[in-house]
Amino acid sequence: MSTAKLGCPKLRIMPLSIPSFPLPDARGRYGRFGGRYVPETLIPALDELEQAYEAAKQDPEFLDELDRLLREFVGRPNSLYLAERLTEHAGGAKIYLKREDQNFTGAHKINNCLAQALLAKRMGKQKIIAETGAGQHGVASATAAALLGLSCVVYMGEEDMRRQSLNVFRMQLLGAEVRPVTSGTATLKDATNEAIREWVTNVRDTFYILGSVVGPHPYPAMVRDFQSVIGEEVKVQLQEKEGRSVPDAIVACVGGGSNAIGIFAPFAYLPEGERPRLIGTEAAGHGVDTGMHAASVAWGRVGVLHGSMMYLMNDDEGQIVPPHSISAGLDYPGIGPEHCYYSVMGMAEYVPVTDAQALEGLQLLTRLEGIIPALESAHAISYAVQLARQMKPEEIVVVNLSGRGDKDVTEVMRLLEQSENKQAEGQEVKA
Amino acid sequence: MTATPETATNRGVQRLHAAFARAEAEGRAAFIPFMTGGYPDAARFGEVAGDLLARADIMEVGIPYSDPLGDGPTIQRASEQALAGGTSTRRTLELVRELRQKDDTPIVIMTYINPIYAVGPAEFMRLAQEAGVDGLILPDLPPDQDLEIADLAAQHGLAVTFLIAPTSTPERVKLVAEACTGFLYAVSVTGVTGAREGAALGEVPRMLDLARQYAQRPVVVGFGVKDAATAQQVAQVADGVVVGSAFINAVAAGRDVGALADELAAGCRR
Repeated sequence: MSTAKLGCPKLRIMPLSIPSFPLPDARGRYGRFGGRYVPETLIPALDELEQAYEAAKQDPEFLDELDRLLREFVGRPNSLYLAERLTEHAGGAKIYLKREDQNFTGAHKINNCLAQALLAKRMGKQKIIAETGAGQHGVASATAAALLGLSCVVYMGEEDMRRQSLNVFRMQLLGAEVRPVTSGTATLKDATNEAIREWVTNVRDTFYILGSVVGPHPYPAMVRDFQSVIGEEVKVQLQEKEGRSVPDAIVACVGGGSNAIGIFAPFAYLPEGERPRLIGTEAAGHGVDTGMHAASVAWGRVGVLHGSMMYLMNDDEGQIVPPHSISAGLDYPGIGPEHCYYSVMGMAEYVPVTDAQALEGLQLLTRLEGIIPALESAHAISYAVQLARQMKPEEIVVVNLSGRGDKDVTEVMRLLEQSENKQAEGQEVKA
Repeated sequence: MTATPETATNRGVQRLHAAFARAEAEGRAAFIPFMTGGYPDAARFGEVAGDLLARADIMEVGIPYSDPLGDGPTIQRASEQALAGGTSTRRTLELVRELRQKDDTPIVIMTYINPIYAVGPAEFMRLAQEAGVDGLILPDLPPDQDLEIADLAAQHGLAVTFLIAPTSTPERVKLVAEACTGFLYAVSVTGVTGAREGAALGEVPRMLDLARQYAQRPVVVGFGVKDAATAQQVAQVADGVVVGSAFINAVAAGRDVGALADELAAGCRR
């Protein structure tokens, strides 16, 4: 293909029809997971959203507009990049990086935000609300709102506002109002509660842009569909580079799970034997035995949060256990219902990766490839290196590099200084 | 096959309906105060809830929950405080059992669905029945999301109540009304719980007209009733008036809860 040689593949990034997947069922379920556990006030709004979305995804005008924005505003397609030095370091399978970090605003979140904001506009809703953890979804929502001339309020936990102060300012610069959330643990789950409460209150004229594959139906399906551009691009790009469209393994980090579902879903429903290994890395924090983590599948209990049944970190009385992760974007006590289904059906595996491993992964990729990944994505990098090491050189691992690490640099500096100080103390004691 | 005695499966329903009938006969809407279980602490909850129960036609006790997405700041904070004080799901049911020993007024439990699932629906119903609970209000469970919960409740003599909102379409009102066995709960505003400025009837009469087309059950109205005047307005059209955040605010401010309850109960007279 001559275009490929120019380094600019003529890739139509959003196929004219959004891919359709076998799930959810008519009731918004993935097996027993998913559903709509929300106050009755929201049910008509969810019905309205579902109908509007079903109509939009078949409307060439909507798809063309989205296609144009993803191409010209976001800069898609981003590259599928062979990480040669990382591959050499691992000494096994080839490692490709799907460079969602190259997207405008620095992460995969913009794929979904632009699409939902377009849908909001189509539905005649002028007010956008959103929740955010690390701030990436908040920034992407504020960006989409500015671009399309909509007002935007972002709910963010006070603790996260401290950890991600730069993103708070970016949202404000973009004209969004950032409302601090102080209830509960003052992190992503509480910001989501507050956004839902705000939606319940102003449901008639407000559009809620949910940032992950969680929440009541149709959100998990809609967000997946809008993020599946990631996996669809991988198929085409891998075909160009390697002469086959399906890799042997795909690794992605999972909090709620939007970047992971975006790269998994286009492969997940392949027949067994053709399906690549799909591996989601959960945030194991200080370790899954410590209780200080955000690894919902490893936690092993099922419950209901934010309108959906899923694997959930809750105690035996149903109270949500505050999660912990080094990365604000993975600091969520649940995992999207479709991931739960994949896990139960053996279509994907979910493995824990600790704070320390993620921090190592971040440094490794930075030194070997000159790419500073987001702390979230560093969880996937860390595991992919271990995995590739056990695989054959002719095999291929694709890692979803879901976001860039600029937002984390201050936090990483603090953490590295802390661990250096600890090491120094340790040496003094030994001496 | 031996049929389950009717009284076992209908116990809660019958007791609730009797309470509405009594209020109706006395020219009142039923007065339904709410208190978060274990708020402000387990000991004082007993006193406060006792004061409310003595003046109530039906009492509503909330299970404190870590993530109450249908509640405004007042009940959120009450839940956080109760949880911090060690009252969670099972303990709330024990507190109800203690209340029950003093007073026979019907008690319904308001709970998000996750605590029921975590304890296990059958086990939860068994514990509730043992504690003397008469019914459940399920604010984040649209009835079509779980088709077994109402039957399971009935097997334990518990009534179930689901909610309708000003946004509910006639189809939804019908579905929800038909699923309720105790009473139907109409949310007066699009929003979360909490006392508000200027809360007035608004869309309530329209909702109630719609609800009564389908509901063979009493219809209560809640969210935003804060004083005798607002209670009075609601009592003209509803079978029952729920007051929650106003009592929690009173407890937080150290005011006399009994006196406020007297005032609101009087407001329920037609």
